[in-house]
Amino acid sequence: MPTVDHYLVLSGLLFCIGAFGLLTRRNAIGVLMSIELMFNSANINFISFSKFLTPQALTGQAFAVFVITIAAAEAAVGLAIVVLMYRNFDVVDVDYIDFMRW
Amino acid sequence: MGLAVFYILAAVILVSALFVVTLRNIFHSALMLIVCFFGVAGLYASLNADFLAAVQVLIYVGAVTILIIFAVMVTHQLSGKKIRQYNDQPVPAGLIIISLFLLFVVSLSKTGFEVVKSISSSPTVEGIGKALMTSYVLPFEVVSIVLLVALIGAIVIARKD
Repeated sequence: MPTVDHYLVLSGLLFCIGAFGLLTRRNAIGVLMSIELMFNSANINFISFSKFLTPQALTGQAFAVFVITIAAAEAAVGLAIVVLMYRNFDVVDVDYIDFMRW
Repeated sequence: MGLAVFYILAAVILVSALFVVTLRNIFHSALMLIVCFFGVAGLYASLNADFLAAVQVLIYVGAVTILIIFAVMVTHQLSGKKIRQYNDQPVPAGLIIISLFLLFVVSLSKTGFEVVKSISSSPTVEGIGKALMTSYVLPFEVVSIVLLVALIGAIVIARKD
């Protein structure tokens, strides 16, 4: 049977892949997808800890429900911002939209 | 047996996640994201989290990726071949990510978790419901307000006025 370390290494790899996409994508939708991958890796951690460390309390699974809710809210607001960016600038490029940088 | 299932699910998750961050066409990335979410749902099912596997399929596969695909459709010129999808920093980003992963592995190898003998698998819906309504009722209410605020905020931001 897989141990807790298997799941933690898997979620670490998934987090790193998501962070790589976050750092290298120019498209704002791609950045949002990378963030969703990172949320999922955090949830894998929560649920594997819930199974292996506190199997009767279900604390990790309850918190995973909260994480999924926050991720859904983040996706809604983020994609609304993407649509607004596209309407104002005709481009969804996080390199291009830098008018707040100084 | 369990280990084989784990490795198959891990391979599905990691390969599709790599496709999500590397494919040139952003629409294909969104489709690979669906595969990745299904793999994660299978992983939850193998971790005795039946309710969360269902929630993963319903919310991530059913709602979030559909929302992302809608956004890709609205901003359609981005999925063309000509547009560059990456910035100029893949090498520094790769170095940072590899060092981050090494940090994960080192800290994991130095940490000893007190693994408890896990009980036999049973439906978790009742336990999660009781936890949400007793111990975590305050975060539950707060997160519902956050969801409402995000709903209104998304409408206000994306509204054409």
